[in-house]
Amino acid sequence: MSNLFPKSANKLPLQILIFIGLTTGIVLAGVTYYATPKYSRVGYAPTQPVPFSHALHAGQLGLDCRYCHSNVEKSGHSNVPTAQTCMNCHNQIKTDSPLLAPVRESYASGNPVPWSKIHQAPDYVYFNHSVHVARGVSCVSCHGQINEMEVVHHAKPLSMGWCLECHREPEKFVRDPKLVTNLDWKHPGGDAGQLEQGKKFVHDWNIQPPQSCSGCHR
Amino acid sequence: MRYAYLTLLFVVVSAVSVLGFRGSLSQRTPLEIFPDMDRQPKYKPQAESAFFADRRTDRPTPVGVVPFGRTALAPEAKFLAEDDHLYRGLAANGTPARGYPAGITVDAQFLERGQLKYTIYCAPCHGAVGDGNGITKQYGMGATPTYHDDRLRGTPEGDLYHTITAGKGNMLSYADKLEPADRWAVVAYVRALQRAQTGTPADVVPAHKSELGLK
Ligand code: HEC
Ligand code: HEC
Ligand code: HEC
Ligand code: HEC
Ligand code: HEC
Ligand code: HEC
Repeated sequence: MSNLFPKSANKLPLQILIFIGLTTGIVLAGVTYYATPKYSRVGYAPTQPVPFSHALHAGQLGLDCRYCHSNVEKSGHSNVPTAQTCMNCHNQIKTDSPLLAPVRESYASGNPVPWSKIHQAPDYVYFNHSVHVARGVSCVSCHGQINEMEVVHHAKPLSMGWCLECHREPEKFVRDPKLVTNLDWKHPGGDAGQLEQGKKFVHDWNIQPPQSCSGCHR
Repeated sequence: MRYAYLTLLFVVVSAVSVLGFRGSLSQRTPLEIFPDMDRQPKYKPQAESAFFADRRTDRPTPVGVVPFGRTALAPEAKFLAEDDHLYRGLAANGTPARGYPAGITVDAQFLERGQLKYTIYCAPCHGAVGDGNGITKQYGMGATPTYHDDRLRGTPEGDLYHTITAGKGNMLSYADKLEPADRWAVVAYVRALQRAQTGTPADVVPAHKSELGLK
């Protein structure tokens, strides 16, 4: 009877506790690491019907974002361009490229090119591009270095915490509204210069991004 | 006990290798674990509709719709875009109008607006100084003309306006990107570019003469 459990079994409860503790720790770490938009959204890069490259058009050719996303300053929605916008050039450049067939087809028929949407705020959130762009928040703060992307990917989490990070400290991001579409621009004075100029803008224009719930959930 | 730890290690390694790291590129649509009211049955711009045959939520205007042309510039009278000069660049007798519509004053601020719009929408082809040597010339768009010839210098403003609104030959319309007042601002800036090319030392303001090494 006395030999039924070996001596080592005395340590077993402790070992089981340690094991459970470790497993819980790992699961918690896994959840914090994975169950957030930083993992689930960032890096989302769907295949588009036309392999359109921002690195070529916005980077190399130097087209301004507003050439295509022409409503971004005027409306809440930043439009994806019409097929005619592409045909402005592609009626003379690469006119028979097979890659551009969906664009030509759309231009002829009037049906839109079925682009996949990448950034998608939930419907219960009110978001508006024009207020941000007019106040000197650059595209790069929210979309990353689009002008270097061959394929657009989701670069920032766009979660509520992320929006608030900036709404609490807009001076870290606001710049001269003339420079919003210059994604490579950094304040020549570095972080300190940005902060100083940002504080000035925030004060002069009375910038008060909403932090109350009804500002974004209206 | 060793087996338990080995299994745990195996589970962790396989989970990480399946899930990858934060920020790695992926084609998968982001998961919505609790899609509470994320996607509501309402229409948003440029979205897809299950109702209409062409699947668009943005409805094209039906035939025969009358344009509603009230603008900030002209809050009352321009109700139905009936001002031919402002909206179509035409004079009373139906020919391209000379000069700018009533209500538009060409001043430094207006030209600055024109410069901004010109740089975004026209410079890629026509070049920053309007000589037709924009970036696209290097990629095979040889047909872009310069503004600096006698015909275009003499053409009425209304004709330039019409080129922007309706396009001409290989150049397509920019009406969807520039509202009428902005088009006039671009026209004014094109005129300024043309004027700049024909400038003489006599045009330089006295205060700036020394900078340019003029007497
Ligand atoms: C020549 C036209 C063109 C220019 C210039 C351009 N874009 Fe785009 N952009 C597109 C098209 C077409 C799409 C949709 C296809 C795609 O996602 O690649 C798009 C998609 C995007 C998206 C993703 C939209 C979504 O579905 O969430 C962002 C963000 C974006 N552009 C930002 C920019 C920024 C910032 C610039 C300026 C540096 C810029 N674009 C310049 C044509 C253009
Ligand atoms: C300002 C002119 C301009 C506009 C507007 C423009 N493109 Fe381009 N596109 C170019 C140039 C220049 C090239 C490069 C041609 C080359 O490499 O010789 C190019 C190349 C491409 C290619 C690669 C074609 C191939 O066969 O290699 C694709 C795809 C493309 N563009 C898609 C688009 C789409 C979609 C749009 C509209 C959203 C668009 N472009 C708007 C100028 C333009
Ligand atoms: C303050 C952050 C922020 C800034 C600045 C910003 N965007 Fe966005 N952008 C977003 C968010 C959030 C969405 C998703 C909106 C939605 O789903 O309604 C989005 C969506 C888009 C889309 C997809 C169409 C749409 O409106 O849903 C395009 C294209 C785009 N942005 C382009 C731009 C360009 C170009 C600029 C710079 C001129 C810019 N954005 C600046 C946050 C931003
Ligand atoms: C990089 C900085 C930055 C980020 C990121 C940002 N915002 Fe803002 N937001 C601003 C600034 C600056 C203003 C302008 C405040 C003003 O004009 O007083 C603003 C204003 C707003 C407003 C007020 C608009 C109005 O009409 O009053 C809303 C709503 C808003 N933001 C929503 C969002 C949402 C939702 C997100 C996240 C998807 C977001 N913002 C991310 C900087 C930011
Ligand atoms: C700066 C804009 C902003 C403000 C202010 C804001 N929210 Fe949000 N909220 C968001 C955005 C953006 C999301 C969507 C996050 C996502 O999709 O990851 C969101 C999501 C939520 C959700 C849904 C979370 C989920 O995953 O289902 C709740 C609940 C919420 N907010 C409550 C609040 C409350 C309560 C307040 C006030 C204390 C508040 N919000 C203030 C932008 C904001
Ligand atoms: C995608 C390239 C491209 C862009 C962008 C562009 N143009 Fe043109 N433009 C052309 C081409 C090509 C022609 C020659 C058309 C022809 O005669 O076939 C032309 C011709 C013209 C002419 C001469 C018309 C005539 O009477 O002969 C004017 C004026 C003009 N453009 C003004 C503009 C203005 C203003 C803008 C900006 C809103 C602009 N263009 C943007 C390509 C472009």
